Amino acid sequence: MSVTPENLGDLSRRTLLRRAAAAGLLATPAMGLLSACAGSEPKKSDDTGGAKSKDNPFGVKDGSAVKVVIFNGGLGDQWAKEDKVIFNAKHANVTVNMSSTQKIKTEEQPKMATQPSDLVMNSGADMMDRSTLINEGAIEPLDDLLAAPAWDGEGTVADTLLPGTVSDGTQNGKFYVVNVAFTVWGNWYNAALFKKEGWQPPTTWDEFFALAPKIKAKGMAPYVHDAVHGYYPRWALMASIWKSAGKQVVVDIDNLKDNAWKADGVLKALEPWEKLVKDKLLLPGKLDHTQSQQAWLDGKAAFIQVGTWLKNEMSATIPPGFELTISDYWSNAGDKAPKDVFAASGEGFVVPSKAPNKAAAKEFLRAILSKEGSAKFAELTKSLASTKGSGDNVQDSALSSANALMKNGGSELISVKFQDFYADLDKESQNLSEELMAGRLTAQQFIDKMQTAADKVAKDSSIKKQTRTA
Amino acid sequence: MRHGVARFVTGFLALPVALYLLYVVWPFVQAAGYSLTDWGGFSGSQNFVGLDNYVRLLSDELIRKAFWHNVFFLVTVPLFTIALALFLAFLLNVGGREDRAGIRGVFGSGLYKIIFFFPQVLSLVVIAVMWQQIYRTDGQGLINGMLIKIGLVDADNPIAFTADPEPFLGVPAVLWWLLLIAVWSGAGFYMVLFSAAMQSIPKDIFEAAILDGANRFHTFFRVTLPLLRDTISVAWVYLGFIALDMYALVFVMTPSQGGPNHASEIFASVLNFTAFQKGQYGYACAMGVALAIFTILLAALQLRITRRDRIEY
Repeated sequence: MSVTPENLGDLSRRTLLRRAAAAGLLATPAMGLLSACAGSEPKKSDDTGGAKSKDNPFGVKDGSAVKVVIFNGGLGDQWAKEDKVIFNAKHANVTVNMSSTQKIKTEEQPKMATQPSDLVMNSGADMMDRSTLINEGAIEPLDDLLAAPAWDGEGTVADTLLPGTVSDGTQNGKFYVVNVAFTVWGNWYNAALFKKEGWQPPTTWDEFFALAPKIKAKGMAPYVHDAVHGYYPRWALMASIWKSAGKQVVVDIDNLKDNAWKADGVLKALEPWEKLVKDKLLLPGKLDHTQSQQAWLDGKAAFIQVGTWLKNEMSATIPPGFELTISDYWSNAGDKAPKDVFAASGEGFVVPSKAPNKAAAKEFLRAILSKEGSAKFAELTKSLASTKGSGDNVQDSALSSANALMKNGGSELISVKFQDFYADLDKESQNLSEELMAGRLTAQQFIDKMQTAADKVAKDSSIKKQTRTA
Repeated sequence: MRHGVARFVTGFLALPVALYLLYVVWPFVQAAGYSLTDWGGFSGSQNFVGLDNYVRLLSDELIRKAFWHNVFFLVTVPLFTIALALFLAFLLNVGGREDRAGIRGVFGSGLYKIIFFFPQVLSLVVIAVMWQQIYRTDGQGLINGMLIKIGLVDADNPIAFTADPEPFLGVPAVLWWLLLIAVWSGAGFYMVLFSAAMQSIPKDIFEAAILDGANRFHTFFRVTLPLLRDTISVAWVYLGFIALDMYALVFVMTPSQGGPNHASEIFASVLNFTAFQKGQYGYACAMGVALAIFTILLAALQLRITRRDRIEY
């Protein structure tokens, strides 16, 4: 046997590592090497063509063509094909070239600066960043669409939209994004089961806590929620805070006002949730969204809190006779806004600034938002459209209960902005929501920790502050 | 003649080296550059802030937490993976009975080798998704389901696995559960590596040891282990890199990608959050550079410590 210090392979490996270290030390600042992407000014193009009239408010030119791109996700694209029929009934000589895809950004973004489609449904995981689109001047303000007469109803297009739709699509004081769908959040139950057992769906926490022992006696857990994604329980907690403490407190929370989390009513809103956990009314296990939804469909839990996409998401496994019904989050006696509903519009359409036929794009939007079009949307997708009354004539327990919830709701829609404003608070509130729902935090500790997190963001000069007004 | 060879080699190397410089080295340099700025990631403008980001790193509580979690993996992943891999390799190669044919592994060792190596064939994300089902937190999970059936776990209080932040031996339970997956998925490869190294040890050394009255315990610690020192040292460095990463497991398996409530936060998860959710690319680059420097120092230290005279046979 001979003894050598190192074999060759060993040597080269060491050398490589040493060189890597050297490269790290030699690294020099590379400022300004990534220059701004060459942005081009949006070209002002005039939509002069056809004559403008009440039935043709944007002057769509006969014989022109309009290219419409639909996001073919959970809602499918059949509803959009119906809108094409509705559109062509009024403009028989305008050609609608409709395509559907799931890759909006991949396919549409490269065309935005040169030859974009006329109307793009900017939705799904692969969507174009909205703020960037607006800041770069890549999409058109659509305020004239809001002012235009409704397709088949009274008043203007704006009058026909559900509350919140216009403000959801507005940025920097202009209306850019036309959200066509409407999501409502709340507590879901199986109406068929409740009828069979003679249970009255609760509207207040007291009624729920009175009903819970009866549910438990049937071998069911009273409540289940997604225990993996913190934003699921956060919807419920923030809805309770809004109902209990009123809108202004949530606005203050969003604006990082001093001691906003410690305002009157916040603790009272969270205490029932603490009690729900302490009394062991939750289904055991830390299930994610689909697992918990399936457990609820399997009859392991009586209530689940989630939004109105539930029916579409679980459509493959809903047992026959199961009546998915949504009810409002429960309130307490003495709440400031017990009837306000947690709801928001989504699935936004945009018109590119360089679109060749903007008039027809806007006209097509008017058709989508029509009574006829929105009713078709609700019928086919089992989701509410952002146009008022879309679910009025649809026989579906999930949709009609959501529709009823919106109709009986208070004057305001519950909305929370801090999670969109500040990533730190988003993460922290998700974590703390799950901690509260796991019983590792009391309601008071949750509030204290949220206040600490909010103060930290307020003091951090590296974070750009945003303000909520309405 | 020699000149021609040099040109031949250069011709072949030019393109790969150019690609390497452009797509590997250049981004490294860029990241180091951005770490000295307050770049937000979406605009073309940024301000030079000097070492501010690095100063901030030192006082960042979340980073400190993530650092200690990485250190936990740095110690445990190589330790347990190498121990398990060595044990398996020993059993499969020299652990069986001795007979006239010489030293051999336990019965059926060829089959076991395939089984143990199998996780290596799967992508880490596939492994994570599979373990999600094994770790499912109610009676439908593989582990919980079995334990509930035989009465070891209360159905009203199932094991929460990666959703459990409660400390076990001072370390959040979620990290131990992730460690189990990392060791399970890594042991097979190092078992094969050690097997190959063991097979290159001449059988007569073992036979001589056995003739001298050494039992299995002695052969392993007095003969096998010393002769595998080089291989183990290499494995240790590689596993160290893996332990400093752990990103895929944390990202797929834990709530809020580093939860519950930061209990499984690691360098990579904090970096990902800082860059892609908070939009502080400059600060995130500083984290990346700090991690790179730490890794390089660690590897250098490791190689220095294990540098030793080598026995040739």
